[in-house]
Amino acid sequence: MSVTLENSGARKSSWMTSLVDWIDQRFPMTRFIKEHATEYYAPKNFNFWYYFGSLALVVLVIQIVTGIFLTMNYKPSAAEAFASVEYIMRDVEWGWLIRYMHSTGASAFFIVVYLHMFRGLMYGSYKNPRELVWIFGMLIYLCLMAEAFFGYLLPWGNMSYWGAQVIVSLFGAIPGIGESLVEWIRGDYYISDITLNRFFALHVIALPLALVFLVIAHIFALHEVGSNNPDGIEIKKLKGPDGHPVDGIPFHPYYTVKDLVGFIVFAAAFACVVFFAPEMGGYFLEHANFEPANPLQTPEHIAPVWYFTPFYAILRAVPNKLLGVVLMGLAVLAFVFLPWLDRSKVKSIRYRGWLFKTFLFAFAISFLALGFLGLQPATPVYTNAARIFAVIYFAFFILMPWYTRVDKTKPVPDRVTYHAH
Amino acid sequence: MSSEADPIDGGRRHFLLVATTVTGIAGAALTAVPFLASWRPSARAQALGAPVEADISKLEPGAVLKVNWRGQAIYIVRRTPEMLATLSSPEVKSNLRDPDSEESAQPDYAKNDVRSLKPEILVLVGVCTHLGCAPLDRFAPKDVELGANWPGGFYCPCHGSKFDLAGRVFKDVPAPLNLPVPPYRFLNDNVVQIGTDAEVA
Amino acid sequence: MLIDKKMASVKMAAQKKTLLALFGAALVSLAMPLSGFAASAGVQLQPANNDVSNTASLQRGARNFVNYCLGCHSAKYVRYNRLAKDLGLTEAQVMENLMFTGERPHDTMKITMPPLDAERWFGRTPPDLSLMARARGTDYIYTFLKSFYLDPSRPNGTNNLVLPMTSMPHVLWELQGYQEAEYEGRSDAEGNAVHKEFKGFKIAQKGSMTPEEFDQFVRDTVNFLDYIAEPMQLERRNLGLRVLGFLLVFFLFAYFLKKEYWKDVK
Repeated sequence: MSVTLENSGARKSSWMTSLVDWIDQRFPMTRFIKEHATEYYAPKNFNFWYYFGSLALVVLVIQIVTGIFLTMNYKPSAAEAFASVEYIMRDVEWGWLIRYMHSTGASAFFIVVYLHMFRGLMYGSYKNPRELVWIFGMLIYLCLMAEAFFGYLLPWGNMSYWGAQVIVSLFGAIPGIGESLVEWIRGDYYISDITLNRFFALHVIALPLALVFLVIAHIFALHEVGSNNPDGIEIKKLKGPDGHPVDGIPFHPYYTVKDLVGFIVFAAAFACVVFFAPEMGGYFLEHANFEPANPLQTPEHIAPVWYFTPFYAILRAVPNKLLGVVLMGLAVLAFVFLPWLDRSKVKSIRYRGWLFKTFLFAFAISFLALGFLGLQPATPVYTNAARIFAVIYFAFFILMPWYTRVDKTKPVPDRVTYHAH
Repeated sequence: MSSEADPIDGGRRHFLLVATTVTGIAGAALTAVPFLASWRPSARAQALGAPVEADISKLEPGAVLKVNWRGQAIYIVRRTPEMLATLSSPEVKSNLRDPDSEESAQPDYAKNDVRSLKPEILVLVGVCTHLGCAPLDRFAPKDVELGANWPGGFYCPCHGSKFDLAGRVFKDVPAPLNLPVPPYRFLNDNVVQIGTDAEVA
Repeated sequence: MLIDKKMASVKMAAQKKTLLALFGAALVSLAMPLSGFAASAGVQLQPANNDVSNTASLQRGARNFVNYCLGCHSAKYVRYNRLAKDLGLTEAQVMENLMFTGERPHDTMKITMPPLDAERWFGRTPPDLSLMARARGTDYIYTFLKSFYLDPSRPNGTNNLVLPMTSMPHVLWELQGYQEAEYEGRSDAEGNAVHKEFKGFKIAQKGSMTPEEFDQFVRDTVNFLDYIAEPMQLERRNLGLRVLGFLLVFFLFAYFLKKEYWKDVK
């Protein structure tokens, strides 16, 4: 690697060097590149699960760029919103591609983020010293949920309308202030043009701004403490004579080229959806949303988009409105407390005992099962199943201090597991 | 790191680096195309900018009819023989910047002395070639404001550019070129369609 | 009045403070006469088997749509000149065969019937059909158009198996003729409360087309509806293949570049 770099360095013309010097005296450009890329030492044993961080960043960029171009033709008014989306789909040159990229990007964002979070659970990436990295990540996730919810109203289809109606109604469960809070959120007595207009403002400026800020904070916090890895070993503890971790490699070029490969595979999967199945069988773009919002007619089968359904299933499983809303909120917020709930001496699943493995496996299964159940009609059988899985879901968090403490762990080696290819 | 490594095949590495970079840049450029192309006039804009028709049966000699095509004023003037006579007067022609419309914008069939398909019917885009104001019609010769030797024509109120009765620009005014002639054709003697080129044999 | 009902049901839900009631509001509105989708759940939909790459079928479908649907249903997002381009027709052909006098090639497929009149005649405004194939699916429309049957209890004399109590008359009766629905009686254990089960259709009055011709007619029409619901769908798939081809080349370079760099990592 350094061969090429040194060669090209030697070929660099003197004016380039002096330009870089000129900038560096006024702005920490070179220092920034070094700290976050060429001299950011990442563990060399990253596996498949470590692609999803950079992929989340890629999806964020896709959403921001396509979103900017969509706002150029979208009209945030109840009278024009639905027609303006069809205008984008038909009359604007390539508008359909931009719109499909954005709608696919929304689902892709959650797929990538859920896998990214699961990676954190497996390898204990939330544990000391990465608590803040984890909390910033959770805030990103919360913003992302809000962003997706506000964005979902904008096409002003019938599912958009009723989805917003049901989710906004959740706030009505709060005792005392519920009803007036709901009215305040809508700014009207029903989901109206006024609601659409403010959701648009939140979707295109407020939340993206917060997201970008939080993503920067997430990455800065990560680069301050260094990345975790599948072994859960702190590579900074063992440094070589050059002062760099012996198990670390510079992020650039090693992980930039590796993540590039991951990006291309992701792009191919993304393209398959965009070009061959943009509706994804009604999961990414729901059929009922091809009919304009109709306040007099609820779609036959109303369910949130798939990425909300695990929490929606918990909501439905509780036979009390307030408690349902509270438990749904807790199901999301519980992740925040993981750094303090986990009492294990080791981080990675590789060195944990069967107790943790069982609980994590059961948790993953119940998350998926709840996601499936949230899409189904609320029959008694499904509701009872959702209750069982909800109990397992919460048991993962509530019992964590116990099972992580008593679980038998294996000794953690000094060096990470890596076999050169 | 490279110091401990086996001898690195620098040629192969360099080739792959260049190939990947070039492909990546090509991909980024191709991805940019749809986004840039989305700024072109949409099907709706094209529909709204479709050709417009103007009925000139009631247009009196010496009068002007203004129609809107693609957000621009289109001037249609029925010129009198006296007005047409001024176009070929050497006194007027010597004061024009581009008398033969060599540098100005007009369809080929309007690149002639009268700048029109039919001599008596003039069709112009009413947008000054200087900074886009709408020139006024001052068809009467010897205008009080524009001087005793004013032959009749168009006068731009913004910066004083002057054009003759074929939209040709005079010398010593800010406008650089003659007023453009839009594509147009006669559907019949009474109807002009603006936005479609005439088929000239 | 409908709004009042809706508001009342929503308020009720809030008072009871139970989840069931919240979703009860949704159920109440489902039971409203406008919704027929729920009722269709019991009907076996027939596959439309249409092919949007079949231009001849699309051309026939466009003609069917203009002759039989466009009187009441608009396709207000569809432009005639786009149709001409995608269906391999010239603008002159489209103007002559598919458009009414006074319309221009870049116009969209609108109807002249005022919405208020429509509501008076049919009880509701006939929906715009631009996106119907995406909202309900092609199989649904295909089966719907073939499932009108005689029912003297309905104001226009026909009912529909897929969308019971539809206000749409059997527009295609001249082609299909009239059919009667045949039911098989089912009784429960005590031998009462007869549950009727649909068995099949029987032609009561012949139309000008044979059943095969009529199937093809409906298939072409559905094909056209499928096309207008997403006019760029062929272009989309076509471009998708080229994008994947490009990504494959990109992948090969990037993959070997990664392997090359990672030789350094011991």
